[in-house]
Amino acid sequence: MSLDEQLLGLGEQLRAEGVALGTSELLDAFAALREIDWRERRGFQQALSATLAKSPEDRRVFDLVFERFFFRAVESAALAVGIDEAAAASGAAAGAQIDLEELRTQIAQALANGDEARMADLARLALAAIGRPGDGSNVVGIDVQRIRRALGLRSDPQPAYPPGDPRREGLPREALRRFEAILRRELERAQIQRTMTLPPSRPLGELDRALPRGPTADLAAVHRVVAQLRRRLATSGVERRGARRHDHVDIRRTMRASLQTGGVPVVVKYRPRRPRRPEIYVLCDVSTSVTSASVFFLSVLHALHDSFRRMRSFVFIERISEVTGVFERRRDFKAISEAISSDAGVADVSGYTDYGRVWSEFRVLVEDDLDPRATVIVLGDARTNGRDPRADIFATVAARAGRTFWLNPEPRLYWNYGDSVIDAYAPYCTVFECWTTRQLEDFVRALSGSMSR
Amino acid sequence: MIAAMEGLPQSVDDVAAGLRAAGYLPGGSTALVAYLATRLDKPVLVEGPAGVGKTELAKAMATYLGRELVRLQCYEGLDEAKALYEWNYRKQLLRIQAEADGAGWAEVQDDIFGEEFLLARPLLAAISAQAPVVLLIDEIDKTDQEFEAMLLELLSDFQITIPELGRIAASSQPVVLLTSNNSRELTEALKRRCLYLWLDYPTLEHELAIVRLHAPALPETVARKLVELVAMVRELDLKKPPSIAESIDWARALLLLGRSDIDAATFDETMSVIVKHRTDIELVAERVGLALR
Repeated sequence: MSLDEQLLGLGEQLRAEGVALGTSELLDAFAALREIDWRERRGFQQALSATLAKSPEDRRVFDLVFERFFFRAVESAALAVGIDEAAAASGAAAGAQIDLEELRTQIAQALANGDEARMADLARLALAAIGRPGDGSNVVGIDVQRIRRALGLRSDPQPAYPPGDPRREGLPREALRRFEAILRRELERAQIQRTMTLPPSRPLGELDRALPRGPTADLAAVHRVVAQLRRRLATSGVERRGARRHDHVDIRRTMRASLQTGGVPVVVKYRPRRPRRPEIYVLCDVSTSVTSASVFFLSVLHALHDSFRRMRSFVFIERISEVTGVFERRRDFKAISEAISSDAGVADVSGYTDYGRVWSEFRVLVEDDLDPRATVIVLGDARTNGRDPRADIFATVAARAGRTFWLNPEPRLYWNYGDSVIDAYAPYCTVFECWTTRQLEDFVRALSGSMSR
Repeated sequence: MIAAMEGLPQSVDDVAAGLRAAGYLPGGSTALVAYLATRLDKPVLVEGPAGVGKTELAKAMATYLGRELVRLQCYEGLDEAKALYEWNYRKQLLRIQAEADGAGWAEVQDDIFGEEFLLARPLLAAISAQAPVVLLIDEIDKTDQEFEAMLLELLSDFQITIPELGRIAASSQPVVLLTSNNSRELTEALKRRCLYLWLDYPTLEHELAIVRLHAPALPETVARKLVELVAMVRELDLKKPPSIAESIDWARALLLLGRSDIDAATFDETMSVIVKHRTDIELVAERVGLALR
């Protein structure tokens, strides 16, 4: 296959992964390749990514697809010609018996230095030493973890090692991830050589796509999203100013104005449009499984509280407790999460969520206040720990409120697995998946967008 | 050699060397994208967090190519009158008054909408300049979508349409850089016309090189400790993480104070150079300050 066709194939795959790619971008990519020395891989990849992937998210998808695409292209070419690299490699490895302990130390060293080329070499050696075909499970993901464990590679500190050994401090997480990716590639290569066919290519999962971030980076990202949202909400009235179709004429003011023109209503006065500011009731699960997500979410909503007419927040585990006051007194995220965990008093005996009890208590607390203008938002993973979900009480609450949303901080993949009963509640509310900042942003947009109606 | 006479770079390494000579150390794919921008006559959209040298890149490009830098700083409410062109109506009035009697209306009208009465704003100035320039459209994400739409004609065809005058095509091909802090999603139409460059905080070694370049008198050990500390501070959840420029400022401040090491006391005193929010200062003092003790 020629280079042109390969590039178009890459473009196809990028489109399939949701990168918006026009013909003009592909033309740019060809033009860019004409200008640079594309026989060198780094430049080739950079030139393509500068022309094809135009946001940080797209860039991430591009890197993954690029890797996958050219790996498969190389392997299918190798299959076509009939090159068997593994036989040569394992023959060499069998000749020299590999010292496992020495290999472990060397790999740890390479990881600590972030030396990619050396990592790739050592990954092949490790495969030859540990991952012999036959005793593998044939599932790449499992084999990767098995080999990693056999090599004793961990990111947490292992004080048993002597000072100076990189494993004593714990290996850098990012390097570990790289090493696993290399292992995975080598394993796939070995598998292809064994079976002499390419496995079907699979689409990228949502988890692959998410930008890799540490917990503090996540926190910072959420704060950024909040700051942007506030600005957006503050200016969002501007767009709607043009849509005046459904305005109501204010008869009284029109008549008054017509006095100036001798009773002829030349100037028509409209009733001012007041944005609908909903009352919001937020219920947050703060049991250990979802704490961080809930406190985030509460702080997001409180940052936006100017846009709402009234807002009451509750946290719950086994019982429910109102925490609106906490947010009124404090503005600092850390102080808030401390206050909630120390004096909200929601854990009773077991510390496991009891949705049934929470609904009935919530109904008693707010029954008289709920009206069609109210919006109820629940944040929780709907894991009942085997208790009765009491969807019937939830249904009565949802029926009294105008709108009911459910935010589930778990990826959709895990819904209804184990003790998750999200489907029991789904008929009565709109369920959102909410575990990336983008999804959070989408939700708040949905919430504030429908406010103007 | 003709291309060289026009001032166009010949290879990616040329650009990298040129930028370095201009005091800008390109990292990642910066040099490659800059090179492509000059060769393909495409605008470059540079995105990244605040303070990673997006604007500096434009300045360095201007220095390296020996061109004038025309800068348009974007803000909310920026309109064509301030970005493109404006009629100099005072002058037009004077013209009408001066010849109020003799000339006929048609004549005067033709006359007062001539180039003589046009005030060129940055964008028009950039494309009508005789010598090619580097055009920097800074913080494009601060403007509204209408303005973006207006830019499209300029970015794809390097021309501006003025209703009274017709089309003004670029007399020289500018190198265009747009920067964005990613505070709002830019339109697809704009992105399609641009090459994309993502600038992130530099790696430790890269930032060390940058600090050493701008504060050569600072001993290497101190400079290393400094960038390590800055990297540590960036890891925290801050309102405003320190930028590269602030690392350099800090290095210079240490030089001025004549410190030969960053100990806890020095850190406490000079921390305000890199951290500029009260809550951030508390957080940094707590986490990083303790690590130094």
